[in-house]
Amino acid sequence: MSSVIESHHDDHHHGPAKGLMRWLLTTNHKDIGTLYLWFSFAMFLIGGAMAMVIRAELFQPGMQIVEPEFYNQMLTLHGLIMVFGAVMPAFVGLANWLVPMMVGAPDMALPRLNNLSFWLLPFAFGILLSSLFMEGGAPNFGWTFYAPLSTTYAPPSVTFFIFSVHIMGASSIMGSINVIVTIMNMRAPGMDLMKMPLFVWSWLITAYLLIAVMPVLAGAVTMMLMDIHFGTSFFNAAGGGDPVLFQHIFWFFGHPEVYIMILPAFGIVSHIIETFSRKQLFGYSSMVWAMLSIAILSFVVWAHHMFTVGMPLAAELFFMWATMLIAVPTGVKVFNWVATMFKGSITYETPMLFAISFVVLFTIGGFSGLMLAIVPADFQYHDTYFVVAHFHYVLVPGSIFSIMAAVYYWIPKWTGNMYDERLGRLHFWLSFVGVNVTFFPQHWIGLAGMPRRYPDYALQFADWNMVSTAGAFLFGASQILFLFIVLKTVMGGKKATRQVWEGARGLEWLVESPAPYHTFSTPPKVN
Amino acid sequence: MNNSAKRTLKYLSLAVFGMFFFSFALVPLYDVFCEVTGLNGKISQSEEGASYESNTGRDLTIQFVSHNAEQMPWVFKPSEKIMKVKTGKYSNATFFVKNNTDKPMTARAVPSVAPSNANEYLKKLECFCFEEQFLAPGEEALLPVRFIFDSNMPESINNVALSYTIFDITNYNDMEMANHDGR
Repeated sequence: MSSVIESHHDDHHHGPAKGLMRWLLTTNHKDIGTLYLWFSFAMFLIGGAMAMVIRAELFQPGMQIVEPEFYNQMLTLHGLIMVFGAVMPAFVGLANWLVPMMVGAPDMALPRLNNLSFWLLPFAFGILLSSLFMEGGAPNFGWTFYAPLSTTYAPPSVTFFIFSVHIMGASSIMGSINVIVTIMNMRAPGMDLMKMPLFVWSWLITAYLLIAVMPVLAGAVTMMLMDIHFGTSFFNAAGGGDPVLFQHIFWFFGHPEVYIMILPAFGIVSHIIETFSRKQLFGYSSMVWAMLSIAILSFVVWAHHMFTVGMPLAAELFFMWATMLIAVPTGVKVFNWVATMFKGSITYETPMLFAISFVVLFTIGGFSGLMLAIVPADFQYHDTYFVVAHFHYVLVPGSIFSIMAAVYYWIPKWTGNMYDERLGRLHFWLSFVGVNVTFFPQHWIGLAGMPRRYPDYALQFADWNMVSTAGAFLFGASQILFLFIVLKTVMGGKKATRQVWEGARGLEWLVESPAPYHTFSTPPKVN
Repeated sequence: MNNSAKRTLKYLSLAVFGMFFFSFALVPLYDVFCEVTGLNGKISQSEEGASYESNTGRDLTIQFVSHNAEQMPWVFKPSEKIMKVKTGKYSNATFFVKNNTDKPMTARAVPSVAPSNANEYLKKLECFCFEEQFLAPGEEALLPVRFIFDSNMPESINNVALSYTIFDITNYNDMEMANHDGR
């Protein structure tokens, strides 16, 4: 992809405002992207601290450190914060920084909406976290908040939880509307849909998924609110409702949601593997079609999360086969990444290390997902640590590794400074070892029958839980190193060139490093 | 913002509202789906005037199961736990209930059938689960069920469990309850 950038000196070409008001009032996509990324990192550390509480409690059998009630609150908040506070805002932050630069647009299409959608988030999570200090404690029903646990038996703070989910849902919906309007209307002349960078494609699809399912989540929590306060019986059998209906509605949202958390990762990894293999990506159009088919299939597989509720055989077979079908487009993507690396002149800088380990470890998570899709096997695996291992393999070395890879890959463009390569690789290896030591043993203890969500366990699981906790603390501590590396890069370092990486291609690599406050005020021409 | 961007914005906002209402539409859709397919053990009242009686019936074992929802203090149990019936013939069963508290209480029983594919062949002419049950303090009653199994029921089904869970709805809004027919 080549393009021409015209130099220009418009009157309105000004820098950022000074002080705190810059961040409160900004409508600049780069500022908002930065805000999103820092917010997500703060939530990652808070949610991570909660994970440390959980793992510390599980270090030995028996109750050691926290009360079971508090353990349940940690478990719930860890899930909610990591999903809605860490992973999703990080991807929105990356979209803010990169989508306008990648499509050659001066900014997002709806800059004020962009500001609003970010500034809703601190309030949403402030409300959620404040429930920790309320009478009766924070939500304690797991991140899936199944009724009636989250309605009849919930602590009073559940109303604050519902309100915060409404706000974060509104934020996500506004963010995705912004992304779609930008991509559909502000691409540089000559950039057809099938010439768009894959990260842009992945976000276009993700944004459509968000628009389709976040309102359903809002509907689910609204029904909970009405059941709790207004005497309705959506999920209450005594009044003619059905608790299983809650699970159907929740997972109708929940399954597309898990692809919302992985599709942008597919885009990121495609760019990084292509750059460091110094080759063009293998099978661009099949990558696009694979993402589209994954997105469409995600709407017809939700009941595989609830095989054990007592479904008829025909429904179980349908959801099993539909789920297994997703392995086909996912397999196409993994094949294309491997084919891109094949015979490439690969170098192993930090982003590439994260990207390669993404491919390997995400595939492991995908395989355990296939095992869980098999109905008779799922009856054994359901609600065991095998499930915990599965979704942490796709979310931690999947989504989170891709976010870290993206930060290392694009931070020279954002700050104008190269990060410390030696420390970056150290961070990678510590994280890589930590994540596998934490989650791999959980496959075994899950297959051996350890149920999830309990603060205590039978003695035969003691050894591997100890190993898992050691790994978790290694992984947790290495993220402090990540924070240090990012801060060090923001402060200074070797100056980055425009292209930064030898094999990097795309419009964002044509602007200066650091990227000026306003880029592409005149659209570039894409050939 | 140009016109095409405004149009995109309009369509996307409509989609958001549409999906929000769709999530509420899922509630009746789910009920209709369960009723049509007989999934989930939800029972529909038998149609008026339809006849399921026949003389070509076969033997069938019915088990009656009763559950008390949490914090429901009533005594609630089937008069007979197991009953031999013939398909194509009406049968009667009763459940014993007693309000052993010192307060007047209202209850509702929610039925379920296992295996679920027996559901579409089960027709209830009369069931205490069709309406609310009110008992004064200390009062007891025998609640009737009159049912018939269609003799077209697949041969593979020889045992059917009819389960009822009784809920305390004393404090529920009566207006609200009136909208629900017993299922």
